[in-house]
Amino acid sequence: MQHRKIGLMLSIIPGLGQLYHRQWMKGGLLLIVSIAFWITFADLLNMGLWGIVTLGTEVPRDNSIFLLAQGIIAIIVLLFGTGVYVFNLRDSYRNGQKRDQGMRPDSLLSDYRNLINQGYPYLVSGPSLFLLIFAVIFPILFSFALAFTNYDLYHSPPAKLADWVGFSTFAQIFTVDIWRSTFFDVLSWTVVWTLVASTLQVSLGILMAVLVNQKEVRFKRVIRTIFVLPWAVPGFVTILVFAGLFNDSFGAVNMDLLSLFGLDPVPWLTDEKWTRVALVFMQGWLGFPYVFLVTTGVLQSIPEDLYEAATIDGASMFAKFRHITMPMVLIAMSPIIITQFTFNFNNFNIIYLFNGGGPSVPGSNAGGTDILVSWIYKLTMQSGQYALAAALTILLSIFVIGIALWQFRRTNAFKEGA
Amino acid sequence: MVTRNKTRTVRLTLTYLILLFVATCIIYPLLWTIGASFNPGNSLVSTSIIPKNPTLDHYRELFAGKESLQYSHWYMNSLKISLFTMLGTIVSVSFTAYAFSRFRFKGRQQALTLFLLLQMIPQFSALIALFVLAQMLGMMNSHWLLILLYIGGQIPMNTYLMKGYMDSIPVDLDESAKLDGAGHTRIFIQIILPLCRPMLAVVAMNGFTGPLGDFVLASTILRTQEAYTLPIGLFNLVNEAMGASYTTFAAGAILISIPVAVLFVLLQKHFVSGLTAGGTKG
Repeated sequence: MQHRKIGLMLSIIPGLGQLYHRQWMKGGLLLIVSIAFWITFADLLNMGLWGIVTLGTEVPRDNSIFLLAQGIIAIIVLLFGTGVYVFNLRDSYRNGQKRDQGMRPDSLLSDYRNLINQGYPYLVSGPSLFLLIFAVIFPILFSFALAFTNYDLYHSPPAKLADWVGFSTFAQIFTVDIWRSTFFDVLSWTVVWTLVASTLQVSLGILMAVLVNQKEVRFKRVIRTIFVLPWAVPGFVTILVFAGLFNDSFGAVNMDLLSLFGLDPVPWLTDEKWTRVALVFMQGWLGFPYVFLVTTGVLQSIPEDLYEAATIDGASMFAKFRHITMPMVLIAMSPIIITQFTFNFNNFNIIYLFNGGGPSVPGSNAGGTDILVSWIYKLTMQSGQYALAAALTILLSIFVIGIALWQFRRTNAFKEGA
Repeated sequence: MVTRNKTRTVRLTLTYLILLFVATCIIYPLLWTIGASFNPGNSLVSTSIIPKNPTLDHYRELFAGKESLQYSHWYMNSLKISLFTMLGTIVSVSFTAYAFSRFRFKGRQQALTLFLLLQMIPQFSALIALFVLAQMLGMMNSHWLLILLYIGGQIPMNTYLMKGYMDSIPVDLDESAKLDGAGHTRIFIQIILPLCRPMLAVVAMNGFTGPLGDFVLASTILRTQEAYTLPIGLFNLVNEAMGASYTTFAAGAILISIPVAVLFVLLQKHFVSGLTAGGTKG
């Protein structure tokens, strides 16, 4: 029988194949690692896999939610184990192949060199990837799994168990009238909010940068310093300040500004329409300096000869702006402009800190200015509708990723990532 | 030439008017807050930008050590969490970006795609999971858990930015250093990293401001007054009945805003070069 087949067969128990190829160190190491793996994780795997299937059978012994979490961790651990196992099989097979062809299998030294060279990227990015799995990927998987259970206030541990219910939560969102209308209201406001607020802050930022950057304008440094203040002051502070300024009864906007022009006070925080207007203006205020800063950088890098040549050709100010400045700025800025849109789509802070997503409106389970993320937050933290919140998270992710993929395909930025 | 001068004057006047208007809009709320923080009493009804009888009472109240107003704790918590997140983000992001920029390894393309997708899903839409995680680990109210979660959340986007920047540094530099016998880590620390300074500034900024302004994760995991960070503490102050503590909030807001704002204004040049570079390279 050929060495490669024997090696492969023996490596069904990790390490034996390597030992057969007389790679004592590697074989021993693999054997020890796999034994340790089983000893350490046997309980977790057993418990987790049973738990994720049943979500517990007995109260109060079983906690469905902890079991689900353990189950997901068990699956992640199992995937890693499988990765090492597959490596072990391939390694044994390859060394067997070498022996079949009359070559010596890899020595420990060359393995070590290989490890240093090929393993280096894994080694340095490993800790980050671990952290990413722990802090981002596990929670997202967990959330996604919750969407298919009936976990809410009435099915929560330790008194009750939760169960798998398949797609019924999703079905509810689209069939129960109040959920459906709330969902589409929130979604459409989220989209409108994203488009209007982002467009406002981007165009304001570019406009201001172009204005300040005119050759004749003086005190440029002072103006720039003032203009970056909204970016420099922590955002949560300014949002809370604005919440006071716009307060219906004591806020300065009603008391001082509007009365100065003889206007009646406006119900900024109690009328949904006015809250929306206030939010858009605030985001313009908060968001334009960043665009302003970057645009200023881009403007200063546009070569002066371009403008000189255009002047000789008799181009007007406006023509120069339209045919030189604008295209240059937009090309250089497009990635940053896109991030402004994704940022606002998930801009929880401004919505929640300003007015708690409110005011509340009749016939809806969300506040009048809630966007998807703030609605999800409230469903989780205030009304205990965990499964529903999780289902909405999935819908949100699909929506965002869909748009992002479409966008990347369009701009073709996706092809290499380099 | 006369008409040309005239249009120029009109244009400049208009420009200055617009700039003046915008500058007023920016400065007014900021000045108003400063004024409010020195105003006697709690009510904002009588607040004016220049108070008639300025007082430091609200600043004293912040540090009076009231049960529900542990400002100095919140302040130190916020600084600690933001600084450690910043450090952790810089270290993990620069190493990961180096791996992705300079090495071609199995799973690289998939991992990059994954990073791209993870940027789109906000980490906190998985709130319940993080809450359960904290409970399972027995780490409710733990700042270190929060720091780890923040660093993890910072990795996808910042790795992308940093990798893009590193890609623009010619590989010849690495090659010649390799001929001189330098190892990967030495090349990285002595050659690549110093050249990445503008992008490091951007990553540091993201790593610092993210946790500083975060309300969601912090409010999920931190449940006691002493463990709070500034966003949670100040939010509660503002939302007390009928704005009864608004002037105290204003004082607290000033104390955090001024140092951060000064730092940002002084350092803005460094951020901008990184941001524009990231902008043009994607």
